[in-house]
Amino acid sequence: MREEGFQPGGDRFPPTRRSVIEAVGSIDAEERERALESLCAAYWRPIYKYIRLRWNRPAEEAQDLTQGFFVEVLERELLGKFDAKKGRLRTYLRVCVDSFVSNEDKAGRRQKRGGNIAHVALDFAAAEEELRGAVMDPAAIPSQESLEEFFEKEWLRSLFSLAVEELRDLCSTRGRERTFRLFEAYDLEGHDKISYEQLAKEYAIAATDVTNALAWARREFRRIALERLRELCGSEEEFQREARATFGRNPR
Amino acid sequence: MKFLPDKAVERLREAAEIPDLAGTRYRLLERVARGGMGVVYAAEDEKLRRRVALKVLDAPSEDGDLANRLIREALVLARLEHPGIVPVHDVGTLNDGRVFYTMKFVQGQRLDQYIDTVPSVTERLRLFLRVCDAVAFAHARGVLHRDLKPANIMVGSFGEVLVMDWGLAKLLRDEARPRSQASDPDATIFEKPAQSGDSNVSIPPFSSATGHGTVMGTPGYMSPEQARGDVERLDVRSDIFSLGALLRFLLGCDSNVAAGATGKPRLSKALEAICSKAAAPTPADRYPTVTELGQDVSRYLDGLAVAAHRESPFEKLARFYRRYRFFILLIGAYLLMRVLILFFMHR
Repeated sequence: MREEGFQPGGDRFPPTRRSVIEAVGSIDAEERERALESLCAAYWRPIYKYIRLRWNRPAEEAQDLTQGFFVEVLERELLGKFDAKKGRLRTYLRVCVDSFVSNEDKAGRRQKRGGNIAHVALDFAAAEEELRGAVMDPAAIPSQESLEEFFEKEWLRSLFSLAVEELRDLCSTRGRERTFRLFEAYDLEGHDKISYEQLAKEYAIAATDVTNALAWARREFRRIALERLRELCGSEEEFQREARATFGRNPR
Repeated sequence: MKFLPDKAVERLREAAEIPDLAGTRYRLLERVARGGMGVVYAAEDEKLRRRVALKVLDAPSEDGDLANRLIREALVLARLEHPGIVPVHDVGTLNDGRVFYTMKFVQGQRLDQYIDTVPSVTERLRLFLRVCDAVAFAHARGVLHRDLKPANIMVGSFGEVLVMDWGLAKLLRDEARPRSQASDPDATIFEKPAQSGDSNVSIPPFSSATGHGTVMGTPGYMSPEQARGDVERLDVRSDIFSLGALLRFLLGCDSNVAAGATGKPRLSKALEAICSKAAAPTPADRYPTVTELGQDVSRYLDGLAVAAHRESPFEKLARFYRRYRFFILLIGAYLLMRVLILFFMHR
């Protein structure tokens, strides 16, 4: 705890990752590619699922459209046209997806694209499997609001999934595999009745060790998720708003 | 990449929201409420072994906007040592980068919940006077609350009244001003907020979020000038408007009355005039200070004429009767008895 010289956020959250909006306009080709990869990693699943539901496209066509969209983002410099003052990047991208699919339809084009995002593994089969299990009120599917909500939810799932993966890598690098297993058991797969004591017994450690391990893992998870989030926002203001929306909840 | 089911996403949100109190003297107990800027938790101060309320931002704020506001709130509370204002204990930054402060844990009810247990108008007015005392003190220290409403007032288990949530507070002047002026309740003259370049200013400067044109407050309790975003011109009369709305709420005759309350009671003309004067649309028509508003309410409670209402001779007589009803009835009974005695003696 620092009790003086308030520099909120300051050294705790160094801007280690540049916003994709800035990076994608960089003169450095490598940085541009990295930015697009980050964008793609966070958004391909929500966009694929959105195209499948909103535009009711078969899996193969939705795959082409998803890849084609990211190529379009790069070719037409769509991120450069985004104005953070006018809205959220997420909403902007969703609107761009709608416009892209609609234009593709009008032009009657459909071609396999995606060479520029080859570094991001697009596991469409897994996304398709997830989509089958997606819980959505069938009566609400045609409404635009429910699809927007669906897109938001999928985006959050994608962000958290990436953060969990990064946390797993971090734990592995630091030799804290057990910490990740505890985090996985309690926070990811945890049954409602699982307790710290049960985990302590299972792993033959003290309950305080479970508490400490989980506190560390959650702190790191939060840090990673926020860093990812910052990278995917167009401005600091948008980031603050998004951070509150992501981690803010109504009291129960 | 492993698929996260909805339940896991929710659990992660919950887990990530929990403030990291490692390395602090506090132990988290439970979440109490969510405010405009962050979340309030009950925590235990392990050194002093007491329960405190810990308010923490729910997002890191690198540009310092929200964080500055939370720190400002803590510093504002620190300068307002009054039994009617919740005392702050500590302020700092957690390991996870979030700013927090701790304050007294108030066990009680929000005024909008508590009020149902107070049927008497006199008791409600006495509660209101205690709110006025706290707000008048804050004004004397150069602080506007700007969000006075029933939800921001707590009534403790021993009947203590505490004005909470100073997150929108505005400084009318800096504490560095001469003491004599700051401590004079009549000296609540509006002054421009300190400039950010002033090295003597101990409280973070006003952020752009509270700049001119920004509307912050609660509809129904916010003065018209505050609702217009006329921040530069706000003065104590803006809080007086809110107190007028609060008084109407306490008397059960405003649009903010909680559902289920009994029908709107008919107020006496004097009370109606006090409410109208306090919540007048134009600042110039309101009470100039909270003290004067409080004095008018006290006069009403004492059965005296109130400044807000010019009485007709009949109303004066009625009030005189209400105030001295016992003596008037006593004298009347005595006179009647004398008349009866005289009557029977001369029969």
